[in-house]
Amino acid sequence: MKLFRIRGGVHPEGRKRLSEDQPIEELPLPELLHVPLQQHIGAPAVAIVSKGDKVKKGQVIATAQGNISAPVHAPSSGTVVGLGRYAAPHPSGLPGRTITIRTDGLEEWAELPAALDAFTADPKDIAKRVSESGVVGMGGATFPSSVKLNLGQRYDLHTLIINGAECEPYLTCDDRLMRECANDITKGVRIMARALNVKRTIIAIEDNKPSAIRGMSQAASAYDDVTIIEVPARYPMGSEKHLTQTLLGLETPARGLTADIGAVVHNVATAFAVFEAVTKGIPLISRIVTVSGEAITRPSNLRVLIGTPVAKLIEHVGAYSSEPERLLLGGPMMGQPLMDLKVPLVKGTNGVLALAGLQAATQVTTTSCIRCASCVDACPCGLVPLDMAAAIRKEEMEMATKSGLMDCVGCGSCAYVCPSNIPLVQYFNYAKGRITAVQRTEHKQKETKRLADQRTERMERQAAAKREAMEKRKAEQAQKKAAQQAAQHQEQEKVSA
Amino acid sequence: MISAISSLALLGLALGIMLGYAAKYLKVEAGALVQEIEAMLPGSQCGQCGYPGCGPAAEAVANAKAAVTLCPPGGRALAQSLAAKLGVSADLSDMEDQVPQVAFVNEQLCIGCTKCFKRCPTDALIGANRQIHVVIKDACTGCGKCVDICPTESIQMRDVPLTLENWYWPKPDALQLAS
Repeated sequence: MKLFRIRGGVHPEGRKRLSEDQPIEELPLPELLHVPLQQHIGAPAVAIVSKGDKVKKGQVIATAQGNISAPVHAPSSGTVVGLGRYAAPHPSGLPGRTITIRTDGLEEWAELPAALDAFTADPKDIAKRVSESGVVGMGGATFPSSVKLNLGQRYDLHTLIINGAECEPYLTCDDRLMRECANDITKGVRIMARALNVKRTIIAIEDNKPSAIRGMSQAASAYDDVTIIEVPARYPMGSEKHLTQTLLGLETPARGLTADIGAVVHNVATAFAVFEAVTKGIPLISRIVTVSGEAITRPSNLRVLIGTPVAKLIEHVGAYSSEPERLLLGGPMMGQPLMDLKVPLVKGTNGVLALAGLQAATQVTTTSCIRCASCVDACPCGLVPLDMAAAIRKEEMEMATKSGLMDCVGCGSCAYVCPSNIPLVQYFNYAKGRITAVQRTEHKQKETKRLADQRTERMERQAAAKREAMEKRKAEQAQKKAAQQAAQHQEQEKVSA
Repeated sequence: MISAISSLALLGLALGIMLGYAAKYLKVEAGALVQEIEAMLPGSQCGQCGYPGCGPAAEAVANAKAAVTLCPPGGRALAQSLAAKLGVSADLSDMEDQVPQVAFVNEQLCIGCTKCFKRCPTDALIGANRQIHVVIKDACTGCGKCVDICPTESIQMRDVPLTLENWYWPKPDALQLAS
């Protein structure tokens, strides 16, 4: 198959060798599980258990709220001991709503929904099961998968692309999953293809994972409609828009979806989760996480229950070999700083990295922009990062938006190549946040106006009602008086007569 | 000489007539701008700006008697759009320091007198007679009218807390200064 070139991108050192040959290990059951209610894009789930409740493994503990949301399940059996705010895996280090479960070690399963036969079931039922199982995009974006499986109803789709690129350095969790569970992934992929009703399915894997490509090719050889494609290793190949462009040669419209050009992209780990949910009824309660970095004694790939504190993972792999210079959740390019080791692992966490040595030089000094345009060459979206950052520095958000700020995928290629070490991505993140904050204020102002108008209207209505009542009373009194007077008059007349 | 005088006189006359007509036909309605600005203001008549309501405040802004940053509930977004509307440059520096505030009812002190929610311009306070009142944070504009009226001083103004929903990355320069 012919591949197409994407513009820009960078070639960071892979460093996958640290953990790529480590088989997936089960992490021992932790004592406490902190399960956040917001582990996905969209509205947070609503807790349906209360403190002291006994829960079983796989039981729904929080339900989805609205169209774009996902339920949360108990990762193990035990007792709910807390329902409140707990440190969230978020760069701010702020707490978020969390259910804390003290595990009892029995691993008692709740009654799971019956297996669906994916090839006789209605595609809508498949999407429903995926939604009920709390499956979200596991590549890191955590968009509810069922919403993406229902795209076929609104778009004319022809291709399902399975993203096995794993372009971030260090991370090997998808690689290991493809090596060890190739058959299950392939089955999951075919279930998704059926739910979407697409003719063609492509599984794209970067060429730095030969064992995974071999394994997946073998598993997929039985099916004509599934093709394995080797794509060149280049960051950000795993970005869904860029992967689609590489495979189909079609560019996703600005601020649009890949569905606009007939393709839907899902991660390999998501395909595995869909397989588990549909054929076994098992909800998304665990995931594979790479624990790696130079400061980690024994880099590993672990199967971890959602809600396990990060400290437990590091403890399991033998603590640090040297003092880590930087702790990250996710990959080194797009990962977020880890503020506290007590934060729990969530559905979208694919890696825990403790970096030391040259890669994490913390003492970088930012110097002036020399307008070398390296960032322009590196940007895979065809933007001009230096101009955008300059506009943002002057708080000219409108100008930054005009230069395409909202088309930035935040891949970090520009900051990676910048010789002046300008934190370009942080400028863009700041601007995106600022713009949202301004929109929020504008919205609140509109609401305030509506409320104030309603109140004024209500006050006027009440005043009018009062006036009316008063007039009515007056009229009644006047009538009474008139009647009395008339009666008196008549009596007087009678008397005089 | 006569030609010079007559041409200047003619020029003066023609331009004078033109100006006279222009003043009549191209006249700007004085009230239009005030009305437009009033439409942009929140309309809660909270009086935080020092004017009795949004109407007088709009008049003051339109006549350049008040700064575009006068409206605390409108915040930075409103100041910017007002500045754009009037074509003036807004000094937003002191706007930065103001953390938005909302009212908070101390449940131990509230006696349920219903005075506060009768005063709230956005119906952000709810409650009933002899029931503890509560503030709907999303509807509160932080005008502070309820604070003055409360007989037990159970209402306080508190900064809007930073949450996962409203947090965003700080600007890089500020970060470097801090480190």
